[in-house]
Amino acid sequence: MSLGRKLACVVLGIVLAASAAANWLAPAGYAKQYREATDAAPSRAHWLGTDDLGRDRFARVLYGTRISLLLAPAAALLSTLMAALIGGLAGYLGGAWARLAMAVTDLFLSLPWLFLLITARALMPLNVSPVVSVLVTFMLLGLLGWTTAARVLCATAGSLRMSDFLRQARAAGISGRRLFWVHVIPNLKPVLYAQFWISIPVFILSEANLGILGLGVAEPMPSWGSLLKELEGLVSVGEEPWKFVPLVLLVVVVTSFQFLLSKQEEVAA
Amino acid sequence: MRTLRWKIAGHALALLATVLLGGFLSATLVRLAPGFDADEQELDPHLNAQSLQALREARQRENNIFRFYFTYMKRAAHGELGTSLSLGQPVRTLLRDRAPLTLRLLSMGLGLAWLLTLTLALSAAWLRLSVYDTLTTVVSGTFLCLPAAVLALFSVLWNVPGSLAIALIVFPHTYRYARNLLVKAYSSPHIVTARAKGLGEARILFWHVVPVVAPQLLAVAGVSVSMAVGAAIPVEALCGLAGIGQLAWQAALARDLPLLVNITILVTLVTLLANSGADVIGCVVQRQEA
Repeated sequence: MSLGRKLACVVLGIVLAASAAANWLAPAGYAKQYREATDAAPSRAHWLGTDDLGRDRFARVLYGTRISLLLAPAAALLSTLMAALIGGLAGYLGGAWARLAMAVTDLFLSLPWLFLLITARALMPLNVSPVVSVLVTFMLLGLLGWTTAARVLCATAGSLRMSDFLRQARAAGISGRRLFWVHVIPNLKPVLYAQFWISIPVFILSEANLGILGLGVAEPMPSWGSLLKELEGLVSVGEEPWKFVPLVLLVVVVTSFQFLLSKQEEVAA
Repeated sequence: MRTLRWKIAGHALALLATVLLGGFLSATLVRLAPGFDADEQELDPHLNAQSLQALREARQRENNIFRFYFTYMKRAAHGELGTSLSLGQPVRTLLRDRAPLTLRLLSMGLGLAWLLTLTLALSAAWLRLSVYDTLTTVVSGTFLCLPAAVLALFSVLWNVPGSLAIALIVFPHTYRYARNLLVKAYSSPHIVTARAKGLGEARILFWHVVPVVAPQLLAVAGVSVSMAVGAAIPVEALCGLAGIGQLAWQAALARDLPLLVNITILVTLVTLLANSGADVIGCVVQRQEA
């Protein structure tokens, strides 16, 4: 393992551990308001100051990190499963099924991702409870983000379809369903793992974009997207630098994922 | 020639399928949107019972989704895309008013992105210095790790044009592909031989490298249109630019489905056209090379 990857692992480990220990590390809950100290600068009581509603920013960053880092992999898992089912099955069946599935996939791929995402998000109710809004946001990311992975999986499953071991299994009378679940899917595992890891930073960034545009996680639930929305009111970069902490954290985490992914991308290709 | 014709026919078919499918999807969404069955006209105290009945019957006829779809497509073919629920204006007028700004923003943004991409990728391939290569990779990697909306916010903060933000959103994606393609092309045996024989860099580039990488670069150019269109939403919304991206954002916040779905279909058509165009041009270039 290269030094860069080791460093990325350590950084991700620290960030994950800190977010997991948010209940102990944070001075208060993410929604607790200190009304006597709204929009306060960093102090001993509030390490990163407070937001305009008097909520401790350090606590919100920790809880927001937990939400983003828990649900982005969940969305990645959902999209990978969908890709395995659609792309894998299309590649395994081949012929007209593969062509149809790839035509739909190409259509989805040509849609600008953010347009598709905000259209789908607008179809969902916007005035829902914060927990539901978190689930809806990440579920949408998972449901719409399967296309690139499906293309790769279709090609891999297509090459497996013509392999000797599958021909032999077919000749031995194994049913199509068993062939797919027991012989095709396990052979797609390396590509599936790679696609899963590649999707995580993409979903983290997409959630951040949705959050800044006000179409992501609802208040008072924090996420990196909703925390970055604070930057909208800034007049200069040097004015309140502590407001950039969520952004720095996001960039560090996504960069760490990119370092870890260089190997995965080779597998996916 | 026959392959090219088939390719064009395939793209035309895909476009037609998108229009029909997209139209059906939008008609269904508009039909099922909350409040479709209600008509404000029914609240008009000047209308008598007969007029109210006529209004209800007219609405009843639209209950059948397929009939509604047919009517919707017929209207759309005549350029009638309905009325925005939140802005109270015809969708066609809204799109016509805002399209020029978005087109200008996208063309400038894409132009800048490709200028940056080709300059850095070509210099990386020419210089073959690991320090320079690492530096450009780090720069593009940093932009890749920033959400598009944050770049838009920075462009507001530093008072730089929105087109530059779009360029910086698109550039890291295109740079990765262009750099890999050019480095690979420059390390191919015939180019190494050409260099060893003392051919000028310009001749190597235009005679030996461009024809090899052009089809792939054109495909990336087609995809970059889709990226730029997607980037237009945060840039226009956060920079206060009254274009199609801002309109889509406003429609999403107001849950204005007729407007949002029409914008999405229009944008999909534009990106499909860009991708198809790039694919066909790439095919022509390949044929000429062959």
